[in-house]
Formats: sequence, C-alpha cells, structure tokens
Amino acid sequence: MSDFAWTIQVIYLLAASSFVFGLHLMNTPATARRGNQASTIGMVVAIAATLAIIVHDDLISTTGWIVMIAGALVGSALGLYSARNVQMTAMPQLVSMFNAVGGGAAALVGIHDYMTAGAAVSATTSVTTLLDVIIGGVTFSGSIVAAGKLQGLITSAPVTFPGARVVNLLLAAVGVGLGAYLITSPSTALLAIVIVAALVFGVSMVMPIGGADMPVVISLLNAFTGTAVAMAGFVIGNWAMIIAGALVGASGGILTKLMADAMNRSIRNIMLGGFGTGDAAAAVAGGPGGDVKAIAADDAAIQLAYASKVIIVPGYGLAAAQAQHEVAALAELLESRGVEVSYAIHPVAGRMPGHMNVLLAEANVPYPQLKEMDEINPEFARADVALVIGANDVTNPAARRPGTAISGMPILDVDQAHSIIVVKRSMGHGYAGIDNELYVDPKTSMYFADAKKALTQLAAAVKTLVG
Amino acid sequence: MYPALLVDVAIFVLSLWVGFEVISKVPATLHTPLMSAANSIHGIVLAGAMLIAVTAHDAVGYVIAFFAAASAAANVVGGYVVTGRMLKMFRRRPISAESVASNGSSLNGHRDTGHEA
Repeated sequence: MSDFAWTIQVIYLLAASSFVFGLHLMNTPATARRGNQASTIGMVVAIAATLAIIVHDDLISTTGWIVMIAGALVGSALGLYSARNVQMTAMPQLVSMFNAVGGGAAALVGIHDYMTAGAAVSATTSVTTLLDVIIGGVTFSGSIVAAGKLQGLITSAPVTFPGARVVNLLLAAVGVGLGAYLITSPSTALLAIVIVAALVFGVSMVMPIGGADMPVVISLLNAFTGTAVAMAGFVIGNWAMIIAGALVGASGGILTKLMADAMNRSIRNIMLGGFGTGDAAAAVAGGPGGDVKAIAADDAAIQLAYASKVIIVPGYGLAAAQAQHEVAALAELLESRGVEVSYAIHPVAGRMPGHMNVLLAEANVPYPQLKEMDEINPEFARADVALVIGANDVTNPAARRPGTAISGMPILDVDQAHSIIVVKRSMGHGYAGIDNELYVDPKTSMYFADAKKALTQLAAAVKTLVG
Repeated sequence: MYPALLVDVAIFVLSLWVGFEVISKVPATLHTPLMSAANSIHGIVLAGAMLIAVTAHDAVGYVIAFFAAASAAANVVGGYVVTGRMLKMFRRRPISAESVASNGSSLNGHRDTGHEA
C-alpha cells in the first residue's frame, strides 16, 4: 500500500470517527449542535479525501469531471433550497425525500459498478452489489410514496387490493431469485428486471400502510438507506461508507423498534398493513359510549387561568392543524399569570419520531418544559388541568385493561389529573378505531373545535376574562 | 477465502453495534434531529457517486454518474443544513428576556448539565 493510500484510509477513519462522535453528542439538546458540526466536518474531510483520490489517480475523463461537478452543484442547490425553506410540519416528508435520494444514489453506484465490471466481477462482490441495488431501489420508490402520503399527494389511507400480498411475494421472489442467478451469470438485461422489481416492491410495500403508521415507516426506510449505503461501501471498498451506512442502519433500526413499541404494534403487523388509517379515521364520527360534557371557551379559560399546574398534551391533531405557535402563545400567557405549564410528549406524537418536540421548539418553547412520558406521568396527579390537544389513543385509559385494540400500549396518565379539557374536532376515533374512555370520564370536558382556532379563542378568553 | 471481505464485514458488524450503543442514549426529544442527522451521514454515498464518475466512459455511465452525484449531494447538503436549522431552535429558555423567573427553576435543570451552545 502506498503512502498516499495509507493517508486516505486514515482520513476516512477519522471522518467515520467524527460521525460516531457527532451522534454521541446528540444525547443532550445542549451539545447536539456541536454534534452536528463535528459530523459536518467529518463529511467535508471525507469528501475532500475522495477528491484527492480522484486527482491523484488521474484516471477520470474530462467529461467525468464535468458530469461529477455539475451533478454535485445541481444536487447541492436543490438540497440547500429545500432545507432552508421547508416548514417544520413538513419535516417528515423532507427526511423521506432525503432517504429516497440517498437510497437511489447507493443503488446507482451498485448498478454502475455491475455494468462496468461485467463478467469480471467476483461472486462475493456481486452479492453486495445486488443487495445494494435491491435495497437501494426499494428505499428509493418506497420513500417517494411515503413522502407523497405525508404531503397528501397520495391518499394517506391504506391502499390495498385483493391479492396484493401475493403480488408482493411474487415481486420479492423475482428480485431474490433473479438476484441469486445473477451472482453466477452476470447479465445487464436481467439486472434491469431486478431493478424494476425492487422499485415496484417499494411502492407496493408502502401503499397499504396508513398515515398514522408513518413514524414507523420513515424510521424503517432510514434503516434501509443506511444498509444500502453500507452495501455500496462494500462494492467499491470504501470504509467510510461501510461505517456510516452501518451507523444509520442501526439508528433507523432502533427508532423503528421504539416507535412500534410505543404504538403497541409489531413491525410485521404494520408492514402487512391495512390498519393505520390516520386522517381518514379522525373525520368519522363515532357514537360515544357514555355522557360527554361539552365546554365553552370562557369556562375552559377560567379553569386554565386559575390553575396552579397545567399539563398540555399535544398530539397528531395539533401537528395536522399546525397549531404549535398558538399553543405556545397560550402557555406563555398562562405562565405570565404564574401558572406552571409543562408539555407531556408521547413518543409517537406528531408524524415522525420526536416530531412534536421540533414543532414546539420552533414555537420557541424551552425544551426543559417538554417532558417525556415516563417523566411526566407521575406529575398528572398533581395537575389541576390536563389540556389534551388533538391526541387520542395515547390518552385512552382502556390501554391499561387487557382485551382492547390498544391494550398494553404505553399511555399518558391524563385521567389522573384533577380535571381534563380535550380539544378535538369531533368524537371521531384515533387510528385504533375505538372509543376513548377518557372522553366520558366525569372529570373531562370536551371542547369541539379545530386546534388552531380553539387555542386562539382560549388565549383571547383568558385575556379578556382575567386580563 | 476473502480476507478483504472479512475485514469489511467485521467493520460493518462492529459499526452496527457502535451505532446501537450511541443511539440508544439519545433522548426522545431529539429523535427527529437524530434521524435527520443520520440522514445526512448516509450522504457519504456522495464519495461513492464521485468515484463512479472516474470509471464512467460511455453515455449511460455518465448519466448514471450525474444522477448519483446530484442525488447524493442533495442528500448530504440538505441533510446537514436542515439538521442544523432544527437544532438551533432547541433552547433552554425562550429568547425573550422577560420570561418568568420560576420558569428556569429546579424542575427544569436535571436532564442536562451542559451549557447553552
């Protein structure tokens, strides 16, 4: 190995270390920014080292330079524009799109390598190449469908048809079978069929999954992209790509597991689909199983204004109504009156893992006020008012009993509070499709309105009544 | 056998474990920025996209290299910028100085002992 090659490998190793270190620094909000900076520096160094290889080897054609630089410039501009302008509520779509392009790029690396190496390729290299192409292809199309569903371009309801599972199995069989055949007998034409099968499989995998299950799907696709990138690293023998890909694969894997647990669903159950109906279910009016007490803005405002401790429980409905600024304004008003306000954040609140925290951070809510489930649950008993905004299943006490659709799901102990105000558009069900026993609790009052409108009215009422 | 491949596999498996260890410690508060950060890290595929521009010598190769470079660059640049944008919003206290004194008290301080970045 030449001195140059040694130096490059050491630099790649340093870059990979900075990725690990950067992720490590993300374990507290106070150091997270430094973590992102460390990771950025590692990335710049790795890309610079790659440039150095290209210049040093001097095998690239002029067209190659032009193509590479033009591609990088176009991509950077698109990435920069979307990152600068994205709304925080649209973050899940953007992450999904970055997954798509990352997986796509990894697949392209594999495809190119397969085509140029041709018959000369060894069996072991073809295995990783084919894995790269298949996983990358599935991620690419699957992430685009997921982004489309989140953006509302594709219906968020599960799309399924009779025999869908058979089609999926067939596609998987074609991909794996042909892929295995290609290991020993390379053929570009057959590779094209594998690519198409992978792309179609990505679509048919995500289409039957409902909007409410998207936190899990995005995490899973993130893990896929990481794995595809690691496979691409195997293909071209690049350590930095193997390490970075494995890190991302692990992170996606953990988050997928956490999300699935928090929703009391198995990953298999989600992937087989047809359960999480998301927005569609929220619009369906369901008959309450007991007496529901409605409340007007003025009464709710008085309860809030004279409380000493209020816990706000924001959910999917708040994210959908983009009411994060309104809730922050109400909280600030209550705090200025000396009310102690904190937020109870369920792990699956919002549309991706941790999404609610970002939305509230955007609305300038200090992060120490955002409490995770285990931390806040003991505090509900001391709260005068629990204000539930657009959260449903995660507050349903039925989860503590066996035999319901959500039995065993970790929930927020909202029913322990002295009184409960629920802001909700209708008596519709959450994605689990069952009645929420919290709503018929004698301590609960229902405020039927869109989250944004309700919070604005509440804040106005607090001001005029007790100003 | 294939010693080079074995080394690669060992690196892959150990990195997976490092990833599990490091990421398990990230609090739920930061899961969205974490996923976004992980997203930008897989933008390292740009290195691969650059290297295939070297071996491309026909029209198909150039087209593939162009789209690979563009996709990977969008991934890496967008990923880091948007992660930075999100993390910038996480504050211990509101920006306005007139926030209530009780707000920063005992209840709030125990999760992180670090300083504001």
